[in-house]
Order: sequence, then structure tokens, then C-alpha cells
Amino acid sequence: MATLVYLEDHEGELVKGSLGVLTKAAQLGDDVAAVVAGSGVKELAPQAGRYGAKRVFAADDAALASPLPQPRVDVVAKLIEEQGFDTVLFGASVLAADVAAGVAARLGAGLNWDLVDFELRDGELVGKRPALQDSVFVEVGWKGAPRLALVRSGTFEPSESGGDAEVEDVAAEIQDFSRGAEMLERAHAESEGPSIEDADVIVAGGRGLGDPEKFALLEELAKALGGAVAATRAVVDAGWYPYATQVGQTGRTVSPRLYIAAGISGAIQHKVGMQASGTIVAINKDPNAPIFEYADLGVVGDLHEIVPKLTQLLRDRG
Amino acid sequence: MKVAVLVKEVPETSARTRIDPGTLRLDRSGSSALNPFDAHALEEAIRIREADGEGEVVAIMMGPSGAADSLRKALAIGADRAVHVVDDALAGSDLVASARALAKAVAREEPELVLLGQQGGDSDGAVLWSALAELLQLPVVSQAASLELAGGKAKAKRQTEYGYDVIEATLPCVVAVSDAINEPRYPSLKGIMGAKKKPYDTVSAGDLGLSADEIGEAGSQTVVLALADPPARGDSVKIEDEGDAADKILAYLAERKLV
Repeated sequence: MATLVYLEDHEGELVKGSLGVLTKAAQLGDDVAAVVAGSGVKELAPQAGRYGAKRVFAADDAALASPLPQPRVDVVAKLIEEQGFDTVLFGASVLAADVAAGVAARLGAGLNWDLVDFELRDGELVGKRPALQDSVFVEVGWKGAPRLALVRSGTFEPSESGGDAEVEDVAAEIQDFSRGAEMLERAHAESEGPSIEDADVIVAGGRGLGDPEKFALLEELAKALGGAVAATRAVVDAGWYPYATQVGQTGRTVSPRLYIAAGISGAIQHKVGMQASGTIVAINKDPNAPIFEYADLGVVGDLHEIVPKLTQLLRDRG
Repeated sequence: MKVAVLVKEVPETSARTRIDPGTLRLDRSGSSALNPFDAHALEEAIRIREADGEGEVVAIMMGPSGAADSLRKALAIGADRAVHVVDDALAGSDLVASARALAKAVAREEPELVLLGQQGGDSDGAVLWSALAELLQLPVVSQAASLELAGGKAKAKRQTEYGYDVIEATLPCVVAVSDAINEPRYPSLKGIMGAKKKPYDTVSAGDLGLSADEIGEAGSQTVVLALADPPARGDSVKIEDEGDAADKILAYLAERKLV
């Protein structure tokens, strides 16, 4: 198996999720290479050796400065064809998912996504993917090479067990249509606001709050529990609460001892950001909300009544 | 402006969906509906036409003949025309095989903008737009939480792991919108009545010039091998609020020494 792992970079660092996939790939086989595509990334490339890459292909080009998918499709697809990689793994992110799907379409390759595990079975790669809101798992495979896979974000922790990697330069040959999108403003990490990643207790709110002002109910409960307030993507996108507090695939990944979800339906995008929490309590008026599938304590009821009562009870305890 | 909106039919969220253990495909025999994520793309297309005072919204769906009601719903909501790609040969198409068929259907229309919702509601897959853009050789922007069109360009705010990017793409292009972009409208009675008179084209794989080895199971490089049970979770408790839910939550937390 000749494996290539796509490494994403952000603000001068290799992204943890992609290093986790590299770590896992190196545990399955010796012949693991990595590719990093960006501007100023050549100096990051040797780091991949520590996570198990024997070779790292670095496409370092000003045309790759913005985190846009299509120029990266050009680089990765060409590399796969030239080097004959039969397995190509991506750690899921907004960028990596778009790169993976573009590469699959260009090469006519099979892409399995949202994998939470993969293994070699009689020499064949087999992936495991949850489906139908994680109510069932399917085992997926590929008919032929190259086999492309997107691994669910946060699935594998990176660990340094490798050594040195040989770095090879790759020329970036960008197609005309890949230059059709341009980044006018680039997101930068927002440092203001409470840090939810360090919180022991999180009280999170979603659309079920009905109104941005109702976050006050959650703030009071969080205060009584000594915790922080978090939000879902839906309410952050709607401008109800700051992005720095967003839990989920495109937000923070948290694992507090206690996670209270109020008015959150529990979409997969949210789940992946909080499923590692110790105890999950969900309050939702819809008895069919997917969040009840993975809550330790599910409460069907109106959060506008339950949350203030709970806050008062906690205060009474002193 | 001519806008193509890709829609699909998915099982209703309230329906008990399952995977057929025999075929390892989604059992679509239950109650189905227009993918709620696609309603946002359709809404955005209708708003563009309304703002321009002209133009056309073409809803394109790939799916079995039984999915026609969902496509007609797109007409009732406000699409001007429907294109239904339907062919037994398409069954079992994976991402790339589906993208091939849809790319051909879109290319025939020569739209200036192609809109998609942020994910297929049934598979949680969120990758189609990029495969489609690649086959159409058009720029792509995903996760658009806002969209502005001016001067032959589409400007979108994209949410990523790090906050919001602003991306501009030249038209024609492919844009996948997030569900935060708008609040979709419901079909009006007038819309439902009017939908029956709107053009509804049915096209086969052959009409699109697709060969049998490009689509369906033959054209797919991925396979589903087996069904497995999800990892076991600890005991979970579900209660209904009878006025004492707060007390019960506190007792639960106290028992586990979480308060």
C-alpha cells in the first residue's frame, strides 16, 4: 500500500486533525508519504516525519496562499498520478473535504467520507462510517485505486513516533478555472470571549432558545455551575452568539465533564464537537430530536421553564 | 440570470429510516420529502430572480420516478422549471457517479450560477459541490452564509474552522449555501396550483450522453461491505417534564457528583 496523507496548514502550523490521520496511517504501513500545499509551507514539511511520513511533498507557491480548494486539487491529483499512490487520506475540514471531492472527480476515484476508523483486512483497506445520525455503522470499501478517504475531524490524535522525512519540492501547476475564486478576507482566530475548550462544565444553546436574548438564561445556569456558555453553528451564523463559543465541526471541539445542551437538535455538525463530553444532558421540546440518541439524560420539555428552575435550585443549594 | 438549483429527495426526519440489509442501500420506501438543506439553495435562487425582476430558476433532481413529488414541490415553492434525471441505470451511484450525471444535466442548461444546499440530509455527505465544480470546470465556493452577486462575480462569506472568510468567484460558478443564509418560504396555495402548469422535463442517462460504465454501481468505485452496530453507549435515561424536570436533573447530577 502506497499511502499519501494530505496535510493542511493554518497560520504556520500543520493542522492537528491531518497529523492524527498521518499517525494512524503510519501505524498501518511503512510506505507513508504526505503532501502539504500552501505558501511558506516548505519549512513545515519536515515536521511530518515525526508523525510517520517517510517522504513529504511540498508545493510551496504564492498561488496556494489562500486556503481555497481548487488549486490544491490540481497539485494533489497530479501528485497521485505521477507517484502512483493507491491510498489517499484526508482529515476532514471545510477545505480538505472540498479538495478530496475535487480530486475524486478528476481521477474518477472512489471517495468514502466521514470515516471514524479504518483498517487493513486481508491487505484491503476497509473504512467504518456512521450513517443515519450515527444510528448505524457501515463498513465501506473501494473497488480500485486510488482509494480516497475523508476521516471525521478529531478522530485520531497525533503522536510523535516517527523520524526524519525526505522533503521533495512539487511544482504547482494551476488550471485556469482553479483561479476563478479569490479570497478577499481571510478568517483569523478570534481570541476574545471565554475559552470554552478549558471549561469543566458547558451550557450550550441552539435555535430552540427562540431568541438571542434567551442566552441570558444559559449564562445564569452556567454561572451557577461554574461553567461556560457555548452555542451551535445555527445561532452563531444567525449572529446570536460569538463564533468563539461555537461547538462543532467548524467550531471548537470540547470535552467537559458535564455538557448541558438546551434547545439543540443535535445535528451531526454539532455532535462531532462535543461527543467526547463526560456526561451529556439534553433539554429539548421535540422528543424526536437526534440529540436524545446520544444524551446520557434526555429531558423532553420546555427549556424556558426548566433552565431557570434548575438555576434557582442550584443557587438554593448554595 | 439563469440559476440552476440541485435538489434531492431524502427520507423525512421523523420517519424511521433504515438501510436495507439485503441491498445495503438506503431503504427509501418510507415517507420522503425535499431535502431541507436544499430549500435554502432554492430560496436563495428565487430571491435572486425576484431582486433582478427577471431570470429563471431551474430545479434539477436526480432520483427515482417516485421522487417527482419533491421536485414538484420545488416548482410550487417558486422554481420556474424542473429537470428530473431518472434512470434505473443510475441506482447505486456513488459521489463521483452522481456528480457525472448531475454535471451533464447542469451543463445542458448553461446556467450562470449553480446552487446546492450544504449537505444531503440522508447521507450527511457534504462533498458533492466540489466534485460537480471539478467536472464542470467551474469555480466553487462552499459553506456560504451570505451571497451577493454583482459585476459578473459572486461574493460569499464562508464559515470555516477559523471564522469567516470572504470569497469572490467569477460567474458562472458553483456555490453551496449554508442553512444560515436565509429562511426558506413555504409553498403558497397559488404556487401549488401553478406548479402543475410549469414545465417538467424528464431526462434519461442516455439523453445526457452517459454510458453505462460511468454511472450506477458500474460507474462507482466505492462499495458498502457490511452493516455494523454502532459502539455501545452507556445507559441513557429519557424523561418527560411533568413540572419536576429541574429537580430530576439536579438529582441526576448530584448522584454523579457533577454538582
